[in-house]
Amino acid sequence: MLILNCPYCGVDAEETELAAGGEAHLKRYGPGSSDDEFHDYLFMRENPKGVHFERWRHVNGCGKWFHAARCTQTLEVFGTYSAQTTEPPQKIKDAITTKRPGWSWRELS
Amino acid sequence: MKHYSAFAVAREALRYHTGWERAWRSPEPKKRYDVIIVGAGGHGLATAYYLGKNYGIQNVAVIEKGWLGGGNTGRNTTIIRSNYLQDPSAAIYEKARGLYEDLSQDLNYNVMFSPRGVMMLAQTQHEIRGYQRTAHANALQGVQTEWITPERVKELVPIINIDGPRYPVLGALWQERGGTARHDAVAWGYARACSAMGMDIIQQCEVTGVRQDNGRVVGIDTTRGAIDCDKLGIVVAGHSGQLAEMAGFHLPLEAIALQALVSEPIKPCMDVVVMANTVHGYMSQSDKGEMVIGGGTDGFNNYTQRGSFHHIEETVRALIETFPMISRLKMLRQWGGIVDMTGDRSPILSKTPLGNCFINCGWGTGGFKAIPGSGWGMAQLMATGHSPLTEAFTLDRFKEGRFIDESVAAGVAH
Repeated sequence: MLILNCPYCGVDAEETELAAGGEAHLKRYGPGSSDDEFHDYLFMRENPKGVHFERWRHVNGCGKWFHAARCTQTLEVFGTYSAQTTEPPQKIKDAITTKRPGWSWRELS
Repeated sequence: MKHYSAFAVAREALRYHTGWERAWRSPEPKKRYDVIIVGAGGHGLATAYYLGKNYGIQNVAVIEKGWLGGGNTGRNTTIIRSNYLQDPSAAIYEKARGLYEDLSQDLNYNVMFSPRGVMMLAQTQHEIRGYQRTAHANALQGVQTEWITPERVKELVPIINIDGPRYPVLGALWQERGGTARHDAVAWGYARACSAMGMDIIQQCEVTGVRQDNGRVVGIDTTRGAIDCDKLGIVVAGHSGQLAEMAGFHLPLEAIALQALVSEPIKPCMDVVVMANTVHGYMSQSDKGEMVIGGGTDGFNNYTQRGSFHHIEETVRALIETFPMISRLKMLRQWGGIVDMTGDRSPILSKTPLGNCFINCGWGTGGFKAIPGSGWGMAQLMATGHSPLTEAFTLDRFKEGRFIDESVAAGVAH
């Protein structure tokens, strides 16, 4: 069972307390954007076999949304961080680099 | 290939079963094939089979990373039905169901198709309306289904509790010619028939790259060397994204774990397939007597072929309310498969941005039932460039807004 630390209330929440919210740091496109941009925003997901950033909600807990960095191949959790950001903090990126040298995800690495 | 028959069994009985051949050859890969199919699961093997049978294209290789039928073909709950709402889905699933009817004769391999009937329970007012609508749509599509009363449900499934306090059974969508088949046998039967046509099934051979020239595919790199081809079919379910990346395009897919489980074997108690989409569980009894149970996906990206235990618990907890007697059963084993989910929960059978490269993926939680129809349509698409069965399932439908919105129509369980 997946256990994620909620960065807001500090609880080590197990999966029954959490709801998955899909890929993180999506750039949102709306009116005025091109068909391709809108299509990619709605349907194209990174879906990597490896390092992944995603949104979770501590639904049966404090109720807050947060971000997690996780490996989809091993289910290893690299860390969790605040939802009030557009990209993972350096600390999380460093933690991933230690364990997965040479990782990349979208434009991040 | 020696023909399987009652006479063959008698003949072999007289000589201590020394004359049976291997069902398929395991050759070394050749330098070049007309068509390479990546993925020796049901869909890949069926595609190869109908390429040979319907279009005479027999210089074909089926490349498999692991072992034949070891992915989702060997990990599903073996349910076959075609009671879909949307016309394109009903067409391809009904084609598949129809082909299952005489697949054993066609392949000369017993796939144990058992048209025992599939029942989708309505347990809310919303579901009643939804399934009655599906029954009407099926009548127009020529798919034989009907709406049945709770009393009829009880008659068909005596072990069911139709007046549960929380989820009473209010009726059901009943497809009499739906059922189950032996999932491994479907893969093995297609493999044997493909091998008999001279096709090469190459197992334990992982694709490491897709070679292209002038925007067209010219071959693949594998762990057993480079192989040239004119046409390439990618039929790898959960790992479609990785293969697409090698071929230079991106797919609107997410890989998620879906789990299933079986109980200890018990005496025959339920001779139909029951799906309960409100509580999210489905159950049938295998020929060995095990209750085969499936539920919903785990909900987060996952490539590990295992899931979280609490999803199993949720599924079983829900089913116990509808089938009180299973509360006494021990669960025997549990497993997971990686399903490739699209935005509209319908598959993609399509040409790709890379010339002569075709993709068949996105079957999500419901691919097994579609294997013969999917192979039939995919073979037509690869051989002739167009198939009426697959024309709605193109890769660009998301951009064009032509969704085949079965996530609403089918509830959740596929």
